[in-house]
Amino acid sequence: MSTDKISTQKVNFKVFRFNADEDYLPYYENYTMDITSEEVVLDVLNRIKWDYDGSFSYRRSCRHGICGACAIKVNGRSTLACKESMSTMIEYFGNEITLEPLSTKRAIKDMIIDKGDFWEKHAAVTPYLVADIDESPACENLVSPHDSEELDEADLCIQCGACHYACPVVEINSDFFGPAAFVAAYRFESDVRDSDKQRLINVNEEKQGVWDCVKCIECTEVCPKGINPFSKITKLHQMAFKKGVAKSNVATRHAVGFLHSIKRNGVLDEGGLVLYSEGVHIVKHIPVALQMFRKGKIVLPWNIVKSDNLDEIQKLIKSSSTVKF
Amino acid sequence: MKKLKYALFTGCTAKQSTPEQMMSTMAVAKKLNIELIELTEASCCGASHLQDYDDFLSLVLNARNIAYAEKHGLTMVTICNTCQLNTAMTKHRLDKNPELKAKVNDKLAEVGLEYKGTSNVIHFLYAIIDDFGLDKIKEMVVKPLSQFNIAPFYGCHNIRPSELHDESHKQKENPYNPTSLDDLIIACGGKNVDYEEKNKCCGFHVELQAPHTAAVLTGTAIAGATDNNADMMVTPCPLCHLKLDTQTKSASEAIGREVSLPVLHMQQMIGLALGCSAAELGLKHHVTEINFI
Repeated sequence: MSTDKISTQKVNFKVFRFNADEDYLPYYENYTMDITSEEVVLDVLNRIKWDYDGSFSYRRSCRHGICGACAIKVNGRSTLACKESMSTMIEYFGNEITLEPLSTKRAIKDMIIDKGDFWEKHAAVTPYLVADIDESPACENLVSPHDSEELDEADLCIQCGACHYACPVVEINSDFFGPAAFVAAYRFESDVRDSDKQRLINVNEEKQGVWDCVKCIECTEVCPKGINPFSKITKLHQMAFKKGVAKSNVATRHAVGFLHSIKRNGVLDEGGLVLYSEGVHIVKHIPVALQMFRKGKIVLPWNIVKSDNLDEIQKLIKSSSTVKF
Repeated sequence: MKKLKYALFTGCTAKQSTPEQMMSTMAVAKKLNIELIELTEASCCGASHLQDYDDFLSLVLNARNIAYAEKHGLTMVTICNTCQLNTAMTKHRLDKNPELKAKVNDKLAEVGLEYKGTSNVIHFLYAIIDDFGLDKIKEMVVKPLSQFNIAPFYGCHNIRPSELHDESHKQKENPYNPTSLDDLIIACGGKNVDYEEKNKCCGFHVELQAPHTAAVLTGTAIAGATDNNADMMVTPCPLCHLKLDTQTKSASEAIGREVSLPVLHMQQMIGLALGCSAAELGLKHHVTEINFI
């Protein structure tokens, strides 16, 4: 039993309000409350509705971090309201707290958003096991502990959307599947029972797939279940090479180009990497390259300072490489 | 105060497309009496792209880099956020997984090396804050940047995943409200600019495969700093610097608005405050002109 004393502090809340049926533009309402160290963000949402304005709307259900319904943004940070303590939020942001829906542009009423794009993308990655099933099996379809570890806890995702709406690419590129969909794809792609041939190809297509991830790691930072979507995205990249579905394009050549450069120099040949990745399309970079060249920011290939003991690096590449492209 | 000494992992960019970062690092280290032993044997960290292709190989190569720092018995200092991420990530994974560490060491043994896990890996920003101290920086400032509003741009790979970075440095950085760079700006006498994009992505890592996404992110960041009256931006990451300094045309087109701000490397800002010359700091190497010196 905790012996910590319950403390209270005054917090000013700026709360996003919008009713698509009545309002032309959203607005913010201010509420000031005494918040105890015991409360979670959902308690604040409840108090706004119960004590201030009964029309205030938000999603909630399990209150135990399982259903994923109550995710919102607190000072821009995606947060599962029933799991995140106000103490942590105050520690993060101080006593001026802004509550907003996960995506203000998708708001329907206050904290409630249309998650249609999220579910469409979820469905697009075949988020279920594809396998030929023997209707009268002689024994159980066993998965070894080792094989089940490969799922890497991807099956813990509760589809709250916190990572999806934290992802900057989702905001810019409407085709991009987003981190939650990639976690779902990884969940089944890493299952030894699954035999789907198309899923990994779909999540490797340019514009929609894993190669458009900016590697900002926002998804991992906000995931309330500690799933680390960024690591799943990386694993989907690796699977594409290992399973031979990685097409030769600017994104895959960019990854492979690092190997060639390191083998040759130890360090990266930045210009050479762009040439390898882009091929003839490198010409589009000429205006910027010329500007950089004039400022002494481009080293010509023959002037690149190679790593000392390059033979060691080359030997390690030879003996440690596990992937072919 | 005992002289600080680190093994410097320069990364590739400081030797190629941001020579001014290397110059300013060395100039600032000299001013602060910090000894940097350059790891000339080090290879590229893979920049989170080799990791997409061959995870095991990237672990071996990063472990080799750390092993060289360990041979010197020194903490490794990085000057690139992505180098920091990949090197610290390697250290984290090997230190937590003895089986993986043994596999990697089997390979390193082929070239007479061993990864022990004895050297910490920290970004120069945190070496300055944790080990040197902001108060001492403040005492050494001879040309306070008091007439400038300076917008910090943290760069993703130095602040996320926070769990990883919390292991390597004492300053627990809040990824949603980071303060280290703001504190450094203040220590240099400048006025720190608070803006929404300071902890956002610059888009560097999809510059080739998704140029529009990258350009929007770059443009939004510069616009955010501009709208909050910044005279310049400052970043600890050379990759962010490259995006913000050299890609203003595409960024402006992507967001439908002309944006352009001088973008200093963290080391250049410190150097200016400590009285280093423009030449020592390589200010002539910027594509977006530095016109306030």
